[in-house]
Amino acid sequence: MDDLLTIAGKSYSSRLLVGTGKYKDFAQTREAIDASGAQIVTVAIRRTNIGQDPNAPSLLDALPPSQFTYLPNTAGCYTAEDAIRTLRLARELLDDHRLVKLEVLGDPRTLFPNMPETLKAADVLVKEGFQVMVYCADDPIQAKMLEDIGCVAVMPLASLIGSGMGILNPWNVQLVRDAVKVPVLVDAGVGTASDAAIAMELGCDGVLMNTAIALANDPVKMAGAMKKGVEAGREAFLSGRMPKKFYTASPSSPTTGLISS
Amino acid sequence: MTTPTPDSVLSLTINGEARSVAGPASVAALLDEMGLTGKRLAVERNGEIVPKGLHASTPLADGDRLEIVVAVGGG
Repeated sequence: MDDLLTIAGKSYSSRLLVGTGKYKDFAQTREAIDASGAQIVTVAIRRTNIGQDPNAPSLLDALPPSQFTYLPNTAGCYTAEDAIRTLRLARELLDDHRLVKLEVLGDPRTLFPNMPETLKAADVLVKEGFQVMVYCADDPIQAKMLEDIGCVAVMPLASLIGSGMGILNPWNVQLVRDAVKVPVLVDAGVGTASDAAIAMELGCDGVLMNTAIALANDPVKMAGAMKKGVEAGREAFLSGRMPKKFYTASPSSPTTGLISS
Repeated sequence: MTTPTPDSVLSLTINGEARSVAGPASVAALLDEMGLTGKRLAVERNGEIVPKGLHASTPLADGDRLEIVVAVGGG
């Protein structure tokens, strides 16, 4: 039986979602995303570069929207108003595509989310028919509020965006996971494959990452590692791990039949 | 809202930069002049999105502020 990730009524075989920023060039972007097996990719919405050669290749040439599910984000938005405006433009850009990533930042140094503005934006966007996957603090109370508003997924940070610090508070991630019924994806802070595996072992439904792959010495190799990390973590979670115990006096070998003089 | 004057110069602000175009001109005509016809983008005129289907029939007016956005790499 397939263990599929279902978001807003659509199912995906990959539980690894990746961003498209910070790569060397479009070729590397495509190669890394292929190696990751990701089906959902985030993109940013920005002013077109006037004066640029209109025939220059674009991200959409390297990652056709027909082959990938695009997740437009609101990176760089510090108010609900800006985030809403950005996603309305994204929806027009992508022919009424409604699955979006909402993030409203509160501090340009840490990129920590402004949760009151996030809640405000989520409410408006859901009412306008968007399917909102929302980047948020690892706060189980606010995660439930976002679910109640109608967000289709909650995406708590494990550590700061781009920090690679890993899952700093696995207890809060579990609290978020337990607080909602919609998919929970760790978004932000993953640095290496074991971080991704830990997120999945905590029972998360998926992981979203960008910097961990793009800034690895070998992004394509790391993308492959992340794919395996997410799969390994998910399988371990589904297996039901053994309990942790300080000591058990319970060896794995028989205690009888020992030779003696 | 001002109406376009025939055979005039329209002073526009596009993505924060001043640009003049010969009027009358539609949004579609402007995109064509900028080499953007057929590109996947979204246009906002004076704070309101101009749907793709209305690009050809939406006239530009002197003083219009436009935002033309595309999808780029991001996390």
